Amino acid sequence: MKTIQEIEKIRTEKRAELDLRVNTEADTREKHILVCRGTGCTSSKSPKIIETFRKVIEEKGLENVRVIQTGCFGLCAKGPIVIIRPEETFYAHVKPEDCEEIIQSHICEGKKVERLLCKNMDGNFAQKLEELDFYKKQKRIALKNCGLIDPEKIDEYIAFDGYQALQKVLTQMNPDEIIEVISKSGLRGRGGAGFSTGTKWSFTKQAESDQKYVVCNADEGDPGAFMDRSILEGDPHAILEAMTIAGFAIGANQGYIYVRAEYPIAVQRLKIAINQAREYGLLGENILGTGFKFDIDIRLGAGAFVCGEETALLESIEGKRGQPRVKPPYPATCGLFGKPTLINNVETLANITKIILNGADWYASIGTEKSKGTKVFALGGNVNNVGLVEVPMGTTLREIVYDIGGGIPNGRGFKAAQTGGPSGGCIPAEHLDTPIDYESLAQIGSMMGSGGLIVMDDTKCMVNLAKFYLEFTVAESCGKCTPCRIGTKRMLEILEKLCNGEGTEYDIYRLEKLAINIKKASVCGLGQSAPNPVLSTLRYFREEFKEHAIDKKCRTNECKKIAKIEIDSEKCKACGLCQRSCPVEAIEGEAREIRIINQEKCIKCGTCIASCPFKAIG
Amino acid sequence: MEEKCVVQKIRQETKEILEKYPHEKDQLIMILNDVQEKYGYIPKQAQMVISQVLSIPMAEIYGVITFYSRFTLSPKGKYNISICLGTACYVKGSQKLLDRAKERLKIEPGQVTPDGKFSIDDVRCVGACGLAPVFMVNDEVYGNATVKEFDEVIDKYMKE
Repeated sequence: MKTIQEIEKIRTEKRAELDLRVNTEADTREKHILVCRGTGCTSSKSPKIIETFRKVIEEKGLENVRVIQTGCFGLCAKGPIVIIRPEETFYAHVKPEDCEEIIQSHICEGKKVERLLCKNMDGNFAQKLEELDFYKKQKRIALKNCGLIDPEKIDEYIAFDGYQALQKVLTQMNPDEIIEVISKSGLRGRGGAGFSTGTKWSFTKQAESDQKYVVCNADEGDPGAFMDRSILEGDPHAILEAMTIAGFAIGANQGYIYVRAEYPIAVQRLKIAINQAREYGLLGENILGTGFKFDIDIRLGAGAFVCGEETALLESIEGKRGQPRVKPPYPATCGLFGKPTLINNVETLANITKIILNGADWYASIGTEKSKGTKVFALGGNVNNVGLVEVPMGTTLREIVYDIGGGIPNGRGFKAAQTGGPSGGCIPAEHLDTPIDYESLAQIGSMMGSGGLIVMDDTKCMVNLAKFYLEFTVAESCGKCTPCRIGTKRMLEILEKLCNGEGTEYDIYRLEKLAINIKKASVCGLGQSAPNPVLSTLRYFREEFKEHAIDKKCRTNECKKIAKIEIDSEKCKACGLCQRSCPVEAIEGEAREIRIINQEKCIKCGTCIASCPFKAIG
Repeated sequence: MEEKCVVQKIRQETKEILEKYPHEKDQLIMILNDVQEKYGYIPKQAQMVISQVLSIPMAEIYGVITFYSRFTLSPKGKYNISICLGTACYVKGSQKLLDRAKERLKIEPGQVTPDGKFSIDDVRCVGACGLAPVFMVNDEVYGNATVKEFDEVIDKYMKE
């Protein structure tokens, strides 16, 4: 248990010690080697890199060099990533074998290891992190500490303004003032729906009850989205602090974090963070000696997408099947265990401490008229710089895909971007210049969603994509209401018919009609938004649906039943690479002859298409 | 005799897991997660113990287990192959990996090969979107995978 003075002391001392993390000019002989320990880099063996670095440093007897594990740096495509501070050198695709060279050359001799530096789109090496195109248009607020601090050390969090916002609200503000600041900042729920956070807080505060709860929704179910996970992995204390502030504002003294069990690293770091905060008296009976009581428990999800819906999530915390409740009553009046409950998404909470410290006006100055602040996107799919980006609201899709994302790989064209996952829609090339905020995305038939942003190149079939999302919703529908349980299944069947070349034009009509009815009649957000991927692909790519229905043709060959992969004899140079690459020996012909694909044997895996240096197969 | 020992062992171990949590109904999913982690599935014996201790009917526990995709009622193979069908992986061709797995092992997702060696799972996002497409064999992650590499990995495990 620490007093305010003791926390202050840690902050000043630790901040001075860690100055080199943020100050490239820091006057120090120390070096910090930061290694990403987010899920992506961990999967590509970053723990081994940390181990090797430590071993080499010990062998060489180096002092003043520290190896630190951090959260996600964002540029997952270049992982495993190592950053050396204070000079901010960014090394990409580091392997354990490279550690010795980095230490010898960079640390001992002061020469950067050129071959591991990251290249920009123009082909030049970026000498520093800030020279990378990927970071130039970003503004990191929610991700501020990710990649900067060791998430398992509370002192490092405290050093960078950690728990200062909590201290401020507990000593200088009353609940109404806090809610007013949050309302004025214009912060809206980052889980997808975009409801005003301040209003939500105020509703829950007004509800009268002897017991209230704060719940953090960390059930990031959208496949392809990993913003919340990266925040939890990189900066867990920010969420704990924000939940405590929320508890103080609405009058709750118990919080729950509902997090997917599929995120073992995030769960582990949260557990560590909660224990540390309890030890320091930042959670528990008498927080910072002010008499305020608040504690947080973790609840694990078990793989059900619908539990991201707030009432289903509450059911799941209560240990039941995660089936949504009928609203109203809303959780603000009748939520967890029948008590008023405030439910906020991870990213929403990650903004709270910064708003309290910097003020509502500062936050409201970022973004567009109705959507304030920044949004984190998990950029994935057919784009060069796969990773996590945080941009001010109002940034255009083109800036995200091309300036930050580095464009489409393999010289392919942009076909569509998908936002909002299984609840969202596709954005075609004609809307690339739409500024991204809640309203403009809804207007073009998509939605902000939680922040998954999947880019698709022109080899992707949109009918097949719609089918993919429907497969997901059919599997994840909880079964409570008929339109969603049965309707989505019927929609999927129609899409399967189309993809198999058995559909007709009438099927497209039926599909659309069914989609509209399911939207209107479903109980919860899952069903109400499940038809969105179909409706938006129909809106922008109706031609492709018609081709499947009338001509029985899939222009991308993705729909296997009607696909036909052939070798273009004019482009073919008879090199034979395709024959060697084929996993089922379906490509026939002698050396130096133009090969032929045996359609009977071909499994349409596309390996040959990728292997052909002359783009002669398609 | 041996079977009886296994039953007792499961009962004992489940009781140990239950000791870590307050005996409240809302702890059910947390407890089931631990049991799933320990055995790779949720044995009926474990369900019975949980049912008694938490005073939850067996039918309700069964309802919860079957609702959540992480929980399974039968054991997985020695090598559980999880293929990510999250959007990022799907766009980069993970369906081809899944099709190949089904073809090679002659089982569907959720099933185990007759010899108990392999099982397939289609999972939604393992979180390594930067490495898409991704598949996992138990806890080992294979990123930027092609059908050919997938075949090589399977071959390796088949020989073992």
